[in-house]
Amino acid sequence: MRYFDDINVGDRMELGSHSFTAEDIKLFAGQYDPQAFHLDEAAAAQSHFGALCASGWHTIAVWMRLRVLYGRREDAERAARGEVIAKLGPSPGFRELKWFKPVYAGDTVTYASEIAEKRASQSRPGWGLVFARNTGTNQKGEVVMSFIGSGFVERRPGAAP
Amino acid sequence: MPKFYFEDFSPGWVAEYGPRRVTREEMIGFAAQYDPQPMHLDEEAARHTMLGGLGASGWHTCCIVMKLLVDGLLRDAASMGAPGIDEVRWLKPLRPGDSLTVRGNVLSARASQSKPDRGFVSFLWEAYNDRGEKVMTLVCPQMLLRRDPGAAA
Repeated sequence: MRYFDDINVGDRMELGSHSFTAEDIKLFAGQYDPQAFHLDEAAAAQSHFGALCASGWHTIAVWMRLRVLYGRREDAERAARGEVIAKLGPSPGFRELKWFKPVYAGDTVTYASEIAEKRASQSRPGWGLVFARNTGTNQKGEVVMSFIGSGFVERRPGAAP
Repeated sequence: MPKFYFEDFSPGWVAEYGPRRVTREEMIGFAAQYDPQPMHLDEEAARHTMLGGLGASGWHTCCIVMKLLVDGLLRDAASMGAPGIDEVRWLKPLRPGDSLTVRGNVLSARASQSKPDRGFVSFLWEAYNDRGEKVMTLVCPQMLLRRDPGAAA
């Protein structure tokens, strides 16, 4: 992670892709979102979705995984260059999450994250809050989900408040 | 047949679901798969983070709340899913062994203008731990079928 002070609005990260199998969709739904249209092909066919589709929480959880793995790769590259790795704190929340289209079994979703806003934290000296618009796009080029996430990022030591 | 339709929800409706205990193994299992950050995976590493100790991934908390809502309400409702989430706030870390209770109320309800068979109910869900601390809030519009499609709303 770069320091908060080195992050710019508009910076974009391509996080990679994930293919959703029927097995994964049902496994996740069974644990966390056991609605019929996420669990059973026949019931899903009768629903307004028309076919088995992933829980929206599943599509977001995969975003999180890819974002963390992206950060690990970035940190490894920074370490290899001898650069300092800034700390990443927890997230206070997210907003404006939209599930635009169902993610069906067999769909591949490609995720990206673009810095939308940043501000120094008032309550936590030495930290800033970064907001990113995160998106998932299916293999047909349709945006399936979008939200504005946030997270604390360490400030450069000695940075002006 | 569903028990609950769009017409059953209006401001003043309240409900509570849970408690549901979340174990350390479960927290680490979710984090390993979906949010493999040290603050969600490793007690010692987590102690040196802003969380001050192991805390569940916020997405895990969302997922557990979702499961409570499906089991408690949505399975018996004419639910058509949610078009999104307006806002989630993670207020406190969920700790290993904590039990979550979800309390909900209806902020607003409106019939769809374009599709007479359905309506949208905006819920505020608040998740508490067993110490009575509010851990998370979630504001979510839920799409539900109408019992009486097309009737004046």
